[in-house]
Amino acid sequence: MNENEKVIEIKNLTKRFKNLTAVDQLNLNVYKGDVFGFLGPNGAGKSTTIRMLLTLIKPDNGTIKIFGKDLQKERLAILKNVGSIVEKPDFYGYLSAYKNLEILGRISGIEVTKNLIMKNLELVGLESRYKSKVKTFSHGMKQRLGIAQALLHDPELIILDEPTTGLDPMGMKEIRDLIIHLSKELNKTIFLSSHLLNEVEMVANRMIIINKGTTKVEGEVKELLNKNRLFVTIEVENPDTALDVLKNSQWISKMKNQINATFEFNIDANEIPHLNKFLVEQNVLVNSIIPRRSLEEYFLNITNGVSNV
Amino acid sequence: MFDLISIELYKIFKKWRTYIGFIALGVLVPLIHIAMVLEGKNTIDFMTRNIQESFVFVGNLLNTYLISYIILTSLAVHIPFLITLVAGDLLAGEATSGTYRMLITRPISRTKLVVVKFIAGLIYTNLLVLWLAFLSLVVGYFIFGTGELLIIDGQMIIIFESGDVLWRFLLAYGFATLGMTAVASLAFLFSSLVENAIGPIISTMAIIIVFVILSAIQVEFFQNIKPYLFTTHIMSWRLFFENPLDINEILKSAANLIIHIVVFFGLTLFIFRKKDILT
Repeated sequence: MNENEKVIEIKNLTKRFKNLTAVDQLNLNVYKGDVFGFLGPNGAGKSTTIRMLLTLIKPDNGTIKIFGKDLQKERLAILKNVGSIVEKPDFYGYLSAYKNLEILGRISGIEVTKNLIMKNLELVGLESRYKSKVKTFSHGMKQRLGIAQALLHDPELIILDEPTTGLDPMGMKEIRDLIIHLSKELNKTIFLSSHLLNEVEMVANRMIIINKGTTKVEGEVKELLNKNRLFVTIEVENPDTALDVLKNSQWISKMKNQINATFEFNIDANEIPHLNKFLVEQNVLVNSIIPRRSLEEYFLNITNGVSNV
Repeated sequence: MFDLISIELYKIFKKWRTYIGFIALGVLVPLIHIAMVLEGKNTIDFMTRNIQESFVFVGNLLNTYLISYIILTSLAVHIPFLITLVAGDLLAGEATSGTYRMLITRPISRTKLVVVKFIAGLIYTNLLVLWLAFLSLVVGYFIFGTGELLIIDGQMIIIFESGDVLWRFLLAYGFATLGMTAVASLAFLFSSLVENAIGPIISTMAIIIVFVILSAIQVEFFQNIKPYLFTTHIMSWRLFFENPLDINEILKSAANLIIHIVVFFGLTLFIFRKKDILT
């Protein structure tokens, strides 16, 4: 990817609701072909950012460029090439799936044919329910219909806000597969908001983690997640003995925390067997070793409210 | 634009609440017709009780014109409620159902969206008044036939010849549509402010009731503001049943209603263009 292929460029984006700063000086770039993971715990400012990207709300400060065009000035031209789901997709429940898509397509100014609608319904596995009123659909079916409407006008950029929320594991997998298909087969650029790190890890190539409206981590998913540095939790049978031997060793400098019989270390992956060997040789009875990647640990902390960073 | 209006009308007429107004009028007007068939003569006697000694009435006084006039007088106050059922739902209904997001993320300007919804609301309003006119005049014609229109307005008796009435009714219905459009515009304005259609319906009706009460209070202060309230002019269709016509008064009333419509719509547009969609 190169600089000229920026699909989304956000600079110093800020949005305040009375005393609450929902998004604070946010900067990010999404490049053509990216599946970009937009991660953060609930209330981090993800939906507010997406609403600004889709002109549902106006930013207080900052700029948004999509396809190199200023969103405020060229809104209509930009939205012709953007498909989206914002939070849970809602439709006219008293109309059929087919009619909902037809209406949304006509509002988008595209030529809506039966073929086009059925092709999109087929893509999300709803072709057999095209006549059914949407009010009879389950949450998962509405999510899939949401994706169908997002793709209806064949946009270059697809913005998905928590598309797997409320879905069962099979439904989540279907959506993930669909995202991969859209990216790999149809060359769409996808902006995927989620509060689940593993979900983003499975589909995204680049990601950003935000919390309290500001950027915390940004980069290539592989690079961020495959760093060797790990948080390792070791549970032992005899914690007093373990603490004594650790205090007299080089490992104490890498120990981050101890809670009762649980010791936490910040070490590289290849150091785990050596630490284990050391403890066993010192007659420490090791019950379990649980490695977690630093980013995962970090994300869990901010998600659980342990960390304020 | 026409395509968008047709979509909006399709949505309106796919909701059952849209038909409440048509059904209500479709039940009420025939009931009045039946009552008039059964008791119409007594009604005429009651209306003319004070002047029967001085005048002799000949011909068919119980005709479609008289009954349409009575219906219009009785229902003009209640039709606003039926109008607000739909007009109050035009924008707020999208917020309630969460479909605002789908609409506004489409490549359509907010201005166009508001204009399209407003026009669709006006078409509904027109159709409802047209339906009232059809039931009153056309259905009434087949039951009662035509004749002179007798109107007793306070101390004054006005009798219009049969051939001099229909155009007055057409203009009166046209004017009633203008009045109802003002009501629809107010409900539309409230609809842009909230996220539930009940609010605009109640607020619009509350304002109409309050203004009507204020207008009825015989205190100088309220009488001074009365000419500026749009509710005062909703009933100005009656001016078409005066002889001679007070053109000046009709134009003033029409101007008042048009100004209200423009202001209500302008405010709606301003609010909606600035509005953050958080639903």
